[in-house]
Amino acid sequence: MSEGHAQALVAEQFDDVEQQRGATSLGMWVFLATEVLFFGGLFCGYTLYRGLYSSAFEAGSHLLKIKFGASYTVMLICSSLTMALGVRAAQLRRRKALLIFLIITILLGAAFVFIKLRYEWYGDYLEHLVPGIDFAPEGENLVVIQRFGAALPHVSLFMFLYFVMTGVHALHMIIGVGLLATLFILAWRGHFTGGHYEPVEISGLYWHFVDIVWIFLFPLLYLIGGRY
Amino acid sequence: MWQGFPIRPDQASTIAAGWDHLFYFLTGISIFFSVLIFSTLFYLAIRYRRRSQDEIPPPTKENLPIELTWTLVPSGLCVVIFLWATSLFIRNSRPPEASAEIFVVGKQWMWKVQHPEGPREINELHVPVNRPIKLTMTSEDVIHDFGVPAFRIKKDVVPGMYTTEWFAATQTGRFHLFCDQYCGMGHSSMVGWIIVMPPDDYERWLNSQVKVESMAAAGAKLFLQLGCATCHVAEGVGLGPPLQGLFGKELKLQNGKTVVADDAFLRSAILNPIPVAGYPPIMPTFQGQMSEDEVLQIIAYTKSLATSGERKDTKR
Amino acid sequence: MSTVAVEVPALPDVHYLNVSYGWRSWLLTTDHKRIAWLYLLAITFFFFVGGAAATLMRLNLIEPQGSLLEPATYNKLFTVHGLIMIFFFLAPAVPAVLGNFLIPIMIGARDVAFPRLNLLSWYIFMLGGSVFLYAVIGGGVDTGWTFYTPLSTTYVNTNVISAAMGIFISGFSSILTGLNFVVTIHKMRAPGLTWFRLPLFIWSMYAASVIFILAMPVIAITMVLLMLERFFHVGIFDPALGGDPILFQHLFWFFGHPEVYILILPSMGVISELVAAFARKRVFGYSFVAFSSVAIAVISFLVWAHHMFVSGMSIYAGLVFSALSFAVAIPSAIKVFNWTATMYQGSVSYDAPMLYAIGFIGLFTMGGLTGLFLASLAVDVHVHDTYFIVAHFHYIMVGGAVMGYLGGIHYWWPKMTGRLYPEGWARLSALIIFIGFNLTFGPQFILGYVGMPRRYSVYPAEFQILNVMSSAGASILAVGYIIPLIYLLWSARYGPPAGPNPWGAKGLEWLTSSPPPTHNFEETPIVTEEAYAYAQEEA
Repeated sequence: MSEGHAQALVAEQFDDVEQQRGATSLGMWVFLATEVLFFGGLFCGYTLYRGLYSSAFEAGSHLLKIKFGASYTVMLICSSLTMALGVRAAQLRRRKALLIFLIITILLGAAFVFIKLRYEWYGDYLEHLVPGIDFAPEGENLVVIQRFGAALPHVSLFMFLYFVMTGVHALHMIIGVGLLATLFILAWRGHFTGGHYEPVEISGLYWHFVDIVWIFLFPLLYLIGGRY
Repeated sequence: MWQGFPIRPDQASTIAAGWDHLFYFLTGISIFFSVLIFSTLFYLAIRYRRRSQDEIPPPTKENLPIELTWTLVPSGLCVVIFLWATSLFIRNSRPPEASAEIFVVGKQWMWKVQHPEGPREINELHVPVNRPIKLTMTSEDVIHDFGVPAFRIKKDVVPGMYTTEWFAATQTGRFHLFCDQYCGMGHSSMVGWIIVMPPDDYERWLNSQVKVESMAAAGAKLFLQLGCATCHVAEGVGLGPPLQGLFGKELKLQNGKTVVADDAFLRSAILNPIPVAGYPPIMPTFQGQMSEDEVLQIIAYTKSLATSGERKDTKR
Repeated sequence: MSTVAVEVPALPDVHYLNVSYGWRSWLLTTDHKRIAWLYLLAITFFFFVGGAAATLMRLNLIEPQGSLLEPATYNKLFTVHGLIMIFFFLAPAVPAVLGNFLIPIMIGARDVAFPRLNLLSWYIFMLGGSVFLYAVIGGGVDTGWTFYTPLSTTYVNTNVISAAMGIFISGFSSILTGLNFVVTIHKMRAPGLTWFRLPLFIWSMYAASVIFILAMPVIAITMVLLMLERFFHVGIFDPALGGDPILFQHLFWFFGHPEVYILILPSMGVISELVAAFARKRVFGYSFVAFSSVAIAVISFLVWAHHMFVSGMSIYAGLVFSALSFAVAIPSAIKVFNWTATMYQGSVSYDAPMLYAIGFIGLFTMGGLTGLFLASLAVDVHVHDTYFIVAHFHYIMVGGAVMGYLGGIHYWWPKMTGRLYPEGWARLSALIIFIGFNLTFGPQFILGYVGMPRRYSVYPAEFQILNVMSSAGASILAVGYIIPLIYLLWSARYGPPAGPNPWGAKGLEWLTSSPPPTHNFEETPIVTEEAYAYAQEEA
């Protein structure tokens, strides 16, 4: 019975479940390769300017609020755990467990985005640290910059890269949350109880990738200049 | 050269003839292989044209020796070309020791040329024949390119940095100067002339120019005007490193690296001060307060301090 | 039933074109063959827009003082010509039209791996194209297709952001198409169809798809940074604020060089098919041609800075990139020799696709050889940013890629439409295109050597005669492109029925009807023979 149910979920271009599974999995891996190249350009720019203006980058890193960065890291690692557990639940056709793990992952991801925008970025804006819009560091921030002997335009470059890199990452998180929300709805309707778990698996791949990007961003942005 | 039909630019510099030899070699190879391929294609197409709708050609056999031949022969040819072109390039890349210096600032959409002796030109460069000339160039705005086809030289002129190229003209006359990097609306009008004169005529031309102070003298004035002399004192110990004899020497930076104090370093030191070992990092930036021409004048002044005056040893 | 002496070909009763009618059946289709048509219509439109820009440019260049156009207008025209021809015509031409139509059929599949993603790719392409057209109509963009900074970020007043946005969006169309093709070729080959039994078109498309996947994201992020910089002026590419304009060039050309191999590899795949079919012979050195495609794709990522030899980079960097640029020429040479040798002891017919193929091989050889000039450090200095470069890439892009595309369109037209095009007109057009093309771009090699820079709307009077020759050639070339538009359209409706295999060619696509049914094959084929198994007929 479950075999027939699974068979019914094979798209018509595929011959069988095996082919569909293999194709969707390869498709996601190839997509992740494109994402590596997409982020790669930003890491390239970061590497160049960090080499040229190391003191400005260290100063800029000190301007970031490490408590946010650290909590994001914890949240994302936990969310990757719950995502992996969700994939397992889907493989074992356990609807309730899948729903629970999906919802926790979604909440962690949404919390990440919400805290980032509402508290961290808004806080940066209040401190006049947003290049292109309002970049005029003052008070403590200015002291830090002077302590490192950094030039303001170069610190501005660091902040620009910080906003773009974490912003592009946050965009991917939002897309990921949307993806998981769609999965949640499908799971609610019992879509994954018949052994057809590939969408959950490949969404898990995507989620883990976005997590790994953060693992690179966190130390490179928040932890340089003797910050640990 | 055919009357009215351009087939070759003038060979007006020391490197042009050698360059042309390589170019003709490449042209020869290109013509040879193009003719070879086209004629083989036509020959095979005719010789093996289809004579009946049902004919079935014999099977194709892979032939490793042939594959290797037409892989290795072109590869060998490429190695030869690479070595030839690279050696030409390396040989021609460094200006000879005794080059006279000219400074070029490109901006939309004109070329500003400064002779160290003082005369300035717009869109023209007078030079004596048979003398190596080194061009140090920068842009005030976008990327331009100082190209002289008759000399076979070309180099991008980039804002924020100096690029250099050199030539030694072997013919007198007027030769096209083109901007060779698209730079906006007036790109096609950003052209001019290199005017190569016999040495005597050149001296006469130099002297006939409106008496403008030399770059070094202009730089000396700026040096005082902008307050550089306050820290970079000529005698005694100052807040900044002394500039006497500095140009071309090695300098230790605060971050431990050692650099050579050349044009590029001096430019960035003025516009983007870099802490030097043993001196407080208090030099303000002059970005936005000096034009590129003025930076070049200060650098010329610094160069003029290369051999003058004694100085107390102030390196701590 | 009595048998007929001669079988008159007829269209099948039901095929992918007439199985359903109406807007929705086309705009919501997931059939890769219909999606191919959607792309064909779009890119043909863009081709003539880009061609119109080129026409105006060549008309302006008849006079040394360029009296026809203002410099500002001319600058917009060459920018738009380049961007449209590269991103909205050539990049999708063979992959999105011929690739979409043929890849599933050639591997014996019912469709690509992700048909809905395929349709989404087309919509993304149309969105990107529309945004770009908006930029053009709303005033144009005049930065050159390379968008060099700080000119594009700070010094022009034209629609840079919307043009960059159009490019950015359309890039995702290519990425998703490349992804679709890679997965399809890996996972959906018919039983018995091993990698080394695949048609060489599939090998080339696979290699090109790998480049799509790895290179397009880089232009995407580069356009993002460009747009942000233009909007916020933070200084990432502005030296006055500590930025580096050369960083932009590195990022751009890291995409830009693989991009040109995206433009040529698919056409090379077409040529393999044409030469085999019209010499009725297996391509000489099949595995060498297959591996060369992959080698080209790999090495193409290692040569980008040969576009930057005069930008002020170090001599050592120049050496490395020069050597690698020579290396990338070798696999292409191997292919040219193998294609030529395919005709040896073959049975060569002179149908239009074969004329295009022969033209391609010769003209691509010329274009490729002139690439050696550019890989040579010393020589490149003199011809960089002159008409020599313009001639070089047009020999490859137009003499090569476009002729390959046209050859492919003619070869598979009977399969796509079920009807034959008029052969006489097709051969005439091929000849006109060949002549017009060489007259247009041949003189430009000389123009570049004598020093005429590119992107110039006015030029010294002594260059006029070569410019006039080039413009005269362009007028002939234009005629050559317009004629096929007319007869292909005519033949789609009125051409005689073609039957399943009008060319007597080998390949899975010729086993099914013309036009094919929606699912391509009545039954999944099982492959037991090599590609191009012309000679292995039973005695």
